[in-house]
Amino acid sequence: MNEAVTTKREFGLPPPRSQWWDVWDQFRTHKGALAGLAIFTAILLAVVIGPWLWPYDPTYADLRSRNAGFSLVHPFGTDQLGRDLLARMMAGGMVSLAVGMTAMLLSVVLGTLIGVVAGYFRRLDGPLMRLTDLFLALPLLPLLLVMVMLFREALSRRFGPETGIFILIVTAIGITSWMHTARIVRGEVLALKEREFVLASRSIGTPPRRMITRHILPNVMSPIMVSATLGIANAIITESALSFLGLGFPPDFPTWGRLLFDAVDQLQLYPSRVILPGVAISLTVLSVNYIGDGLRDALDPRIRGR
Amino acid sequence: MKTRTLLLGTAALLALAPAALAERGSDGHVNIIYWQAPSILNPYLSGGTKDVESSSLIIEPLARYDEKGNLVPYLAQEIPTVGNGGVSADLTSITWKLKEGLVWSDGTAVTSADVVFTGQYCMHPEGGCAQLAKFEGVDKIEAVDDLTVKITFKEPKPNPYLPFTGGQGPVIQKAQFENCLGAKAPECTEANFGPIGTGPFVVTEFRPNDVIQMKANDKYRDPAKPAFATLTFKGGGDAAAAGRAVLETGEYDYAWNLQLAPDVLAGMAKAGKGVPMAAFGSLVERLEMNLTDPSPDLPEGERSTAKHPHPILSDMRVRKALSMAIDRNLLVEIGYGQAGRPTCNLVPAPEIYASDNTDCLVQDVEGAKALLEEAGWTDTNGDGVRDKDGRKLSLLYQTSTNAVRQDFQALIKQWWAEIGVETELKNIDASVFFGGDPGSPDTFQKFYADIEMYANNFDGTDPEPYLSAYTCAKAPRPETQWQGENINRYCNEEYEKVLAELSRTGELEKRGELAAKLNDMVTKESYVVVPLVDRGRVSARSNSLGGVILNTWDSELWNIADWHRIK
Repeated sequence: MNEAVTTKREFGLPPPRSQWWDVWDQFRTHKGALAGLAIFTAILLAVVIGPWLWPYDPTYADLRSRNAGFSLVHPFGTDQLGRDLLARMMAGGMVSLAVGMTAMLLSVVLGTLIGVVAGYFRRLDGPLMRLTDLFLALPLLPLLLVMVMLFREALSRRFGPETGIFILIVTAIGITSWMHTARIVRGEVLALKEREFVLASRSIGTPPRRMITRHILPNVMSPIMVSATLGIANAIITESALSFLGLGFPPDFPTWGRLLFDAVDQLQLYPSRVILPGVAISLTVLSVNYIGDGLRDALDPRIRGR
Repeated sequence: MKTRTLLLGTAALLALAPAALAERGSDGHVNIIYWQAPSILNPYLSGGTKDVESSSLIIEPLARYDEKGNLVPYLAQEIPTVGNGGVSADLTSITWKLKEGLVWSDGTAVTSADVVFTGQYCMHPEGGCAQLAKFEGVDKIEAVDDLTVKITFKEPKPNPYLPFTGGQGPVIQKAQFENCLGAKAPECTEANFGPIGTGPFVVTEFRPNDVIQMKANDKYRDPAKPAFATLTFKGGGDAAAAGRAVLETGEYDYAWNLQLAPDVLAGMAKAGKGVPMAAFGSLVERLEMNLTDPSPDLPEGERSTAKHPHPILSDMRVRKALSMAIDRNLLVEIGYGQAGRPTCNLVPAPEIYASDNTDCLVQDVEGAKALLEEAGWTDTNGDGVRDKDGRKLSLLYQTSTNAVRQDFQALIKQWWAEIGVETELKNIDASVFFGGDPGSPDTFQKFYADIEMYANNFDGTDPEPYLSAYTCAKAPRPETQWQGENINRYCNEEYEKVLAELSRTGELEKRGELAAKLNDMVTKESYVVVPLVDRGRVSARSNSLGGVILNTWDSELWNIADWHRIK
């Protein structure tokens, strides 16, 4: 072993590198993905670190400076009650992104689990896929509205109004958006199952648990990653829609969707109040989508290096 | 000469033409938008303004109030008074005479039996009639002959004009509602969704919580009216969309109750497609304090009922402190502009009934803090929220979804935070909040919250029925299918005594005094109701809609039969 390495070095070959370096190299060639990554990181930093640096409280109404325009003190201006919009945007972003990521995690875990199980175990395939069809056929928004009505009170009593609604919305979005991941993963697993290396590994008696963790999962990572990024975007939009309908978080709790909703009445007088959260949502969703696109290319070994 | 005559004749004919055209249905279609959608067309089963006003197109009372608060006969021939013998000298009975030849929209005659039946319908002991206050003190209602109805009161009634007047007291058809008495009332869906009436319009299609299509009632008593052949009554959406639909895009002809930020409304009016109209009545935006415990830990059916007094708000000092922390002038400035004025009164008008109570108008944060200290609420753990015996001073404050109300919520929450009160805010879609559905936990009657905010007013010029809502028996509870007007579950013997006195007093000045006293009892003496803003009503009509007279004393659609298209 040692000998071989020395030989390689002597022949001037580059040191061995992990596959993640290759992925990164490929990812770097996708300009849109790089830009997306930069923007998403910037938004993430602003939203996470921003509130620590910014002196204004997002819910404090400073009644002397109502409806202020852009200025140094309030870069994004203030709303009709004198609340600083930059602070509200940051606080809102934190919630919206947290909802997006957590809901995405939940839906990816669920989707992968169901997809792999359905693809690998033939007997469970039928029932699980019919379940997926069932969920796909459910109208999402009405279902969410019913869930909000039924569980809002119980959860906000248990965990406090904000955490309660957070759990409710994240769960609601998570359990209604795993179906596409599950279908894609199942398809991949079905194809993988017949490949030679899997057959070989089965022939030496590898138990299904190890087969899945060792051979199947690493090979379906790429579609999972992609649907994860798309899931974030989807969850942010769904949360915005709920807040926009006035059914999400309590009214004084800013999220990007809620900021949009509150500003709709003032659309013509103060268009910036609608545009700012709107742009924030669009930018996040767009950048995440680009990242997903880049990742898909980068993770696919057949495209990589071309 | 001949030509001239001819020309003159033609001119005269042309001048006459509009008059000749003023016949039923000549002005086509009219679109009305109410941003709260009607869920039922029977005002006896729902107290919501949207339901009362939409049904006022179809069913009519014996008399309505005009824009000055005077009674105008509708189904009645004239307004009975002591002078014309319609009201007995001892004030214990009133005799109404129906107009002759009145017919329902199905062609059958309107008789006194229908009026008597309407009374039975609402006063049925098993039914939770939303307008029961109108029939307060009625002993019996009897038909003297086919057109004459005599209402006898248990004791002298100085204001005998309550039953069967205004938008909340229409006459319904006996034949249609005969099998819908008492507990069966909500089950008669067909009748509740399409009452047969005497009004200018009849329902052709009713989609609850959405839209009502109507056409002119071809049996309406005035053959020239209504000018519109068909009518669309669209419900739902929000005030901004409704205002825009009339003032900016001109899609609708009339929009009700545009509760919008003043600058927003002014901006919309600039588009020039319509005009906003304002009038002050008795509409008061208020905070209602729940005197019973809404805790979700209590079993269903006991939450928010008199069985469990409220653990925090039962103390008057807390309620008073909450009121003192509010700056009403600022609320008016932000929320209503010209269309509002700060008030401490539940009954702000008419003048003779209004109390001179103004002590709440100045914000007093320090005073509020001192009052809470005195009540034993102190911040023992330094987290900025007061507590007492291990219980935090934390309240759930709900209202309907509406931009101005959410601004009020945010401001009031901040003021309360200053005095150490933690507030959780909740907003509910207006159609649900005011929907009165006993199955929903989010209606204002159920009041599963500590404090709620909405506006209410009274119909007609006499505040007695409005004030009589605050009696123990009218508290919404499971036994009344959660109907009732005593939202706070206020229960005070003294109050009921004064109320009884009011209902025996005929002299107007004395009535004013008693009404003001009752007003003070629920406001400045107990802070059960915390009035915030006296709201003028702003509605909008399109430039081409004529005949609209904004009326704050009855349904806004009270004179729809006179509405017409300006050509």
